Amino acid sequence: MDMVVNFKKDGTKLYGYVEGEIDTFTASGMREELEAVKIKEGMEIKLDLSKVNYMDSTGLGILVAFYKRALREEGKVKIVGLSKRLQRLFEITGLSELMDIETDKKVELSNEGI
Amino acid sequence: MKEFDYIEIRVPAKPQFVSVIRLTVSGLANRIGFSYDDIEDLKIAVSEAVTNVVHHAYKDVEEGEIVIGCALYENKLEMMIADYGNSFNFEEIKTKIGPYHPGDSIAGLREGGLGLYLMETLMDEVMINNDGGVTVFMTKYVAREQVEKNVERITT
Repeated sequence: MDMVVNFKKDGTKLYGYVEGEIDTFTASGMREELEAVKIKEGMEIKLDLSKVNYMDSTGLGILVAFYKRALREEGKVKIVGLSKRLQRLFEITGLSELMDIETDKKVELSNEGI
Repeated sequence: MKEFDYIEIRVPAKPQFVSVIRLTVSGLANRIGFSYDDIEDLKIAVSEAVTNVVHHAYKDVEEGEIVIGCALYENKLEMMIADYGNSFNFEEIKTKIGPYHPGDSIAGLREGGLGLYLMETLMDEVMINNDGGVTVFMTKYVAREQVEKNVERITT
């Protein structure tokens, strides 16, 4: 029951890959990882949540905090790779209207096939 | 035969046990026959309730406990999450929760207060009792039977 975040830098772009379960126990680790990110003006950050298999309001709170900081420091955050479950969580909380999110394309494709 | 099976779990109010509760509830819900999506909803709802206790109820006391009671019926799961720590003002908290709105500015978004809202959204019934400690009662019905009834109606 762990959570890891791996970062990959590519010029002014930063990719963060979050893996595992995000709940109140693993949240502090995720919060620390995201707080350690140095955001520069115009920086584009993509957070990939495709390997997150559980998240609740604790995780949403951390993402909102990071999103707010990025906005203050004039960076851009996009949340990508959302499974149907995670997308639903963003929708029912109203966050999908406020944050830049993208559903996992692979998931959508496999659904189209059915 | 009894109308339901009752299972009670008692754990220390510590964050590392929230996932244990979640997995246990997932297993119990699976026994009743909930769908994958409903089980995921139940996992979030119970985690939110237990997380609330871990965060709020035992601020001053170190050795708090959480009791999770699950009643397994043929067509529904009832859960009770109780603590014996400090109670909170439900009405006051209720004014500070709820979904975000399209017009909200990102900079002003609060970073908490979604837990209770998610519980109410993901479960069919949620009741909170606040007399000396907090007890949350939540119920979710198995959707399957309704679907089967509807199918019958269409074919006849």
